[in-house]
Amino acid sequence: MTGCEEPDRTVFSPKGEAGEGSLDVIMLSIYIMTFVVAVVLAIFIYVLIRYRQKPGDNSIPKQVEGSMKLEMLWTVIPIILLAILAVPTLTHTFSLAEEAPKDEDPLRVKVTAHQYWWEFEYPDLGIKTAQQLHIPTDEKVYLELTSDDVIHAFWVPELAGKQDLNPGSTNKMWIDADEPGTYEGRCAELCGAGHALMNFQVVAQEKEDFDKWVEKRKNPSSEPKTAEQKAGKEVFTQNCMSCHAIDGTQMKTKGEKAPNLTGFAERNKIAGLLENNDENLEKWMKHPEQVKPGTYMPSFDFLSDEDMDNLKAYLQSLE
Amino acid sequence: MATLVTIIVFILFLSAILTGGYNKELMDRFRSHWLWDWITTVDHKKIGIMYGIGGGFFFILGGIEALLIRTQLFYPNNDFIVGRAFNELLTMHGTTMIFFVAMPLLFALMNMIVPLQIGARDVAFPFLNAMGLWFFIAGGILMNLSWLFGNAPDAGWTNYVPIAANEYSAGTGIDYYVLGLQISGFGTLMSGINFLATIINMRTEGMSFLRMPLFTWTSFISSALILFGFPPLTAGLFLIMFERLFGANFFDVAAGGNPIIWEHLFWIFGHPEVYIVVLPAFGIMSEVISTFSKKRLFGYTSMVFATILIGFLGFMVWAHHMFTVGMGPVANSIFAIATMTIAVPTGIKVFNWLFTMWGGKIRFTTAMLYAVGFIPTFVMGGVTGVMLSTPPGDYQYHDSYFVVAHFHYVLIGGTVFGILAGFYYWWPKIFGYKLNEKLGKWNFWLFFIGFHLTFLIQHFIGLFGMPRRVFTYQPEDGLTLINQISTVGAYMMAVATILFVVNVIYSYRHRVPVGNDPWDGRTLEWSIPSPAPFYNFAQLPKVRALDAFWHEKMKGNKEMEPAEPLGPIHMPSNNHLPIVIVLGFFISGLGFVFRSNEVGALGLIFAFLMMFVRSFEKDHGYHVETDEVEKVEKGVKA
Ligand code: HEC
Ligand SMILES: [Cu+2]
Repeated sequence: MTGCEEPDRTVFSPKGEAGEGSLDVIMLSIYIMTFVVAVVLAIFIYVLIRYRQKPGDNSIPKQVEGSMKLEMLWTVIPIILLAILAVPTLTHTFSLAEEAPKDEDPLRVKVTAHQYWWEFEYPDLGIKTAQQLHIPTDEKVYLELTSDDVIHAFWVPELAGKQDLNPGSTNKMWIDADEPGTYEGRCAELCGAGHALMNFQVVAQEKEDFDKWVEKRKNPSSEPKTAEQKAGKEVFTQNCMSCHAIDGTQMKTKGEKAPNLTGFAERNKIAGLLENNDENLEKWMKHPEQVKPGTYMPSFDFLSDEDMDNLKAYLQSLE
Repeated sequence: MATLVTIIVFILFLSAILTGGYNKELMDRFRSHWLWDWITTVDHKKIGIMYGIGGGFFFILGGIEALLIRTQLFYPNNDFIVGRAFNELLTMHGTTMIFFVAMPLLFALMNMIVPLQIGARDVAFPFLNAMGLWFFIAGGILMNLSWLFGNAPDAGWTNYVPIAANEYSAGTGIDYYVLGLQISGFGTLMSGINFLATIINMRTEGMSFLRMPLFTWTSFISSALILFGFPPLTAGLFLIMFERLFGANFFDVAAGGNPIIWEHLFWIFGHPEVYIVVLPAFGIMSEVISTFSKKRLFGYTSMVFATILIGFLGFMVWAHHMFTVGMGPVANSIFAIATMTIAVPTGIKVFNWLFTMWGGKIRFTTAMLYAVGFIPTFVMGGVTGVMLSTPPGDYQYHDSYFVVAHFHYVLIGGTVFGILAGFYYWWPKIFGYKLNEKLGKWNFWLFFIGFHLTFLIQHFIGLFGMPRRVFTYQPEDGLTLINQISTVGAYMMAVATILFVVNVIYSYRHRVPVGNDPWDGRTLEWSIPSPAPFYNFAQLPKVRALDAFWHEKMKGNKEMEPAEPLGPIHMPSNNHLPIVIVLGFFISGLGFVFRSNEVGALGLIFAFLMMFVRSFEKDHGYHVETDEVEKVEKGVKA
């Protein structure tokens, strides 16, 4: 395989403890199973070569009923192999289900899945964001997962296995990253027409960078500066405010139907999917349905070119 | 207005059927047509053949759906079939392959062979048997009509709520799924009960339980699983039906419902279902391997008990499909350990097959090739199954292509290879001529290589982070090449399937009649003429050992010793009511799908009325006289 065919998110290169926990069990099971397959194949190939009927040989082989000894052998050995596998399986099942310690004050994030986008709320920090989950490195982050509509699943292969997000109840899991970086995530439970594109990213940062990010989110720069941006904000209040919220402005909106756009310019993807640049932003706003089938974001191809440019200028100024 | 018209047409139709109206001459013409004979048949062999034709037809449909899926995934961000349309394809592919291909094709073989293997002249309830067939066909047609009217179901074969609720799946797609499966499910349940009764009651003299061929045994256990596994599905489907059609609330969180209930109901059925379709395949493999190694099955008794154990444990492990649902570490651990234990009896089977061949004289016919190819393939599916049983591993594998690879190894490597082996093996018994072996070998190798090309690599597609049921992936994901390899493999399997169809036609055109026992077989079915006469056994045979016919051959006898003198044979008579009753259910299903409750209710009333008619029918069957039996027997001998 060539260089361009490097898979970008394999479970074989975990970047955190949770991912390593899964990988431990996966590797052990692969070793054991390779052994089993090898034994079967060895007998299989030997038998097929050795006991072919030779031409002209019409003799009748001995009719064997069975063999108590052999049958005991292939009952007991698998049991032993399974017992070996069961031990780390159980320990990791419990360690991966560990809940947030009560006495300390760990970082908690409330993850809410919506048909086809992700909402991340930090209840202790009072911030809300979407599509990109920021976490500090070298620290367990405890997620509380729920869904606003149908069942989704949260999966960042390099950081941890998946967990379902069910409407009406909350699931828990923890993740951690030991290297800064952006890790691709996917929705893993069929959730409708846009399921294949319900992508998101986990952005892991060193502790101080993360704290800076938190500060910025708490005091966002959301007011327009140039005339163009001011006009853009107008367009936004008229068309978008019913769904989208932007913190740090005087807009009166709950904006819970769509991603919170505070600090939008800092996201490196639009809708978790397209690279964040002006061209893609226009494409998204004009024809979201073409980018992500089934999305609830309406098309804004009726906006004039001027309005569109102003809007883009405003959105790209949100930091 | 439309309802009124439907009702009137319906009443006319009803009275016509009830009064036997129309034109008498026309009816007679109908009755003497060969098609009428097939439609009204209660002969298990003909029913088996029709199951085969139906299953084969849906196999082609499901296969085309698979090809479209793989074509869409040939390169990243392809826009050939996206969004809802893609979800419809994957839903219909899965549902079709499980319910309208795997199940009916196994019923085809069970129908054709089980009565012959136990020395019976028919199944216990021939009328029910015919009804089961028509239920399957009605369900399959109903479900596929969704392609023509509006939209197909789009929530996956698992049909999880809420995406299957009205709110998230607009239109009538899911209704087709619910009613189609409900209808075909009735048939499956009936057939399951029928085979249980048949195998318990209709064994010939000396055919004790521990002398039954393995295929009969596995069919028996599989039928028991149907008996206990299908009711939860039926219950679940009823809940969804009432929620979608009549505004009930079972799963809607806002109204106090819980969507997880459906997941449990579905998998309490769904896991045993896997064994329902794979156990009979195990049985076929056991027969084929033993015959073509010229050896008795190694460890027969442990094979039987392993089958029973697998069937039993199959009910204890459903929640391993739900490790990520949030049941907590305790429940996950319990189901993990329970799941691992299934590996033990399955392992026993694999080694018993290997040691059946050990010391034998192996003949590589096409049937044997499929059986031999099955062993490593199924072992692969088995070991990935054990891998999936560990929750920490499953958190990564779940709902990714790894799972897709795993269950295709089990379902194709197990069930489909088994079915194909079964067809190559028993074809001469049913039709009186063999399938062409040369084409058969091409068919096998193409299918085998195509299969591994498609699915081996899918394990890695999953481990490299691609979820299942997605219509695309991104160029930077690094998944392009491996997806392309998989697609190429899928096309190879398609070519192999076409080759099988060609083989069927070619072999029919160039048929060479075979004798009773073309493969040097071991079990009862090889002691009677090929094709089997409609009454199966002129005289019921007396069984004196396991591998009854082989036992006689080894003693130098050419035939089984009869357990009764030659005499008149009692046979059930043909009946048109099975298809008529099912027609009522079909109309009812269609009515409910179109949200016309009147038609729905009328269809049901009609069906129940017809059942009532059946209850008062004097159907004593008829006798085949001794001289006619003698004539038939001489005919085939000459
Ligand atoms: C009916 C509600 C609705 C309205 C009105 C609406 N949007 Fe959206 N928008 C959404 C939803 C829902 C999403 C999430 C789409 C997805 O990713 O599936 C979204 C996503 C977006 C995104 C990507 C967000 C991210 O974090 O990547 C941008 C940018 C956006 N909308 C801009 C706008 C603008 C600008 C307007 C006004 C011109 C607007 N939207 C009006 C519902 C709406
Ligand atoms: Cu989703």
